[in-house]
Amino acid sequence: MITSQPLSLSKRWQILQLETQTELLKTLRSPGFVIPSLAFPLMFYVFFGLLFNAMAGQPGQAAKYLMATYAVFGAIGPALFSFGADVATDKDKGILSLKQVSPMPIGSYFAARIITAMLFALVIILSLFALGAAFGSVTMTRTQWISTLITVLFGTLPFCAIGLYIGLSVSAKAAPAVVNLIYLPMAFLSGLWVPIQLFPSTLEMAANIFPAYHLAQLALAIQGNSLGAPWYLHAGVLVVYTLVFLSLCVNRFNAIDNRH
Amino acid sequence: MQADHKPLVSINHLSKRFGKVCAVDDISLTIQPNEVVALLGENGAGKTTTIGSLLGQLKADSGEVIVFGHPAGHWAAKQQMGVMLQSAALPDNVKVIEQLRLFASYYPNSLSLEDALEKALLTDLQQRKVQTLSGGQKQRLLFAMAIIGNPRLVILDEPTVGLDATARREFWRCIRALAARGASVLLTTHYLEEADALSDRIIVLSKGRIVAQGVPEQIKAELGGKRLRFRSNTSHEVVQKLLPDTKVHSRGDYIEVYSTAPQTHLMALFDADVTTLDLTVSGISLEDAFLHLTQSAVSPNSAVNNQEISS
Repeated sequence: MITSQPLSLSKRWQILQLETQTELLKTLRSPGFVIPSLAFPLMFYVFFGLLFNAMAGQPGQAAKYLMATYAVFGAIGPALFSFGADVATDKDKGILSLKQVSPMPIGSYFAARIITAMLFALVIILSLFALGAAFGSVTMTRTQWISTLITVLFGTLPFCAIGLYIGLSVSAKAAPAVVNLIYLPMAFLSGLWVPIQLFPSTLEMAANIFPAYHLAQLALAIQGNSLGAPWYLHAGVLVVYTLVFLSLCVNRFNAIDNRH
Repeated sequence: MQADHKPLVSINHLSKRFGKVCAVDDISLTIQPNEVVALLGENGAGKTTTIGSLLGQLKADSGEVIVFGHPAGHWAAKQQMGVMLQSAALPDNVKVIEQLRLFASYYPNSLSLEDALEKALLTDLQQRKVQTLSGGQKQRLLFAMAIIGNPRLVILDEPTVGLDATARREFWRCIRALAARGASVLLTTHYLEEADALSDRIIVLSKGRIVAQGVPEQIKAELGGKRLRFRSNTSHEVVQKLLPDTKVHSRGDYIEVYSTAPQTHLMALFDADVTTLDLTVSGISLEDAFLHLTQSAVSPNSAVNNQEISS
């Protein structure tokens, strides 16, 4: 018979690895999620970033601008869905409760989801980079490419927190609809689909409430295309969003029970 | 070993309310090493609330829950327990072996995957995806996940709900094998047959209180007696008046009397010229014992409120 012992670091690492692996396998085995979440940002970018770019006759400019905003659009999707829809399912099915009563450190569950969402974001961002460089004549310095990648990847964190709050708050049935209801209008109003400069000034002001706007501005600042507010304001808003939603999640999380 | 003499779980005067409803009212119980305990009760009796408090999911309003010498929900307690929750389901798109390997990683001294698969009768199904399993097979996978950590105590909350007779029998085999290995099991059920077939000790819960506990035979003995069953043109109210120290029910055409002194009571009926057509006298089953115990524990004003809480 066993006695209890604290989990060693290597054991924790093993749990995180297996959680992540299982999460990835589960996701890859549901093509209904994988294909749209990869295809939509790429498809939109081809239509708006590349085809319009070719017509406008200014090689590279629109393609570069929209490459950053579609990277944001593509990266926050998996974060919102992985946390919003999937956590809601795990919560409703009692899978989350079962993990809570098991001796696993619950942080691994969330860390695995963050890694999965980021891996998806990575694939989307790199595909957009490839499209932009190959067909949009996008040129940036190496530092700019790398900074854009890292900024957008880590910029998914506030969206993980928002997704988590949705996932813990609504039922599994409602979650995808709620996520879409937030994701798609926010993407448009934050200027991810068409440049924010084309908006009337009231809408441009209103965009300030959306975290996606601030992440897009951060990514655009790297290529010198932001509206000009200092980067730390945008970063600060994203940090505040993350902290506020995480603290909201704590209460929700403690209120989960397995009695339906 | 010294530790073997201590109870694995001791619950002392546990009470838990949800709003105005008292889901668990002053429950005390212990679970000893190597014993199978069944918590038996209807929906709303407080079984799952008790389990929830034991697992640290719910905070007790009063009383204490000590599990392996730790407060409920402590990691050291969790490492020595395996759990099957009542409403837990499995994720889709995961293979049996993958799900089991994941849960094995949570425990410091887990069983081998082969061993757990065999104990849950899943060896041939290990490469199947979860959504292709039948209800019974899914329950057995959840069971395998509960025992993978080589636990000293396994908690099974309504493990056979919704299973057909064959699947239930298969599941029972798994539980018996687990008990034979020396683990303690706390099982909740509203199948009386199940508690009788599997457990060393039955604790009957009704409306949040323990109304009886003991070995299955003891519970029957506590009620002690026979069931008289007959048809009559006398109403059961009249029969109840004639036999004030018994419990009289009307079941369709029949009147049923639970009697601790069947001979005396039958004499009383005959003396009063009550017709007793198709009269049978039989020993009472656990089911009858259970019904009798829980019905007598219901006070009229608490009955309505308690309908709302799930067990």
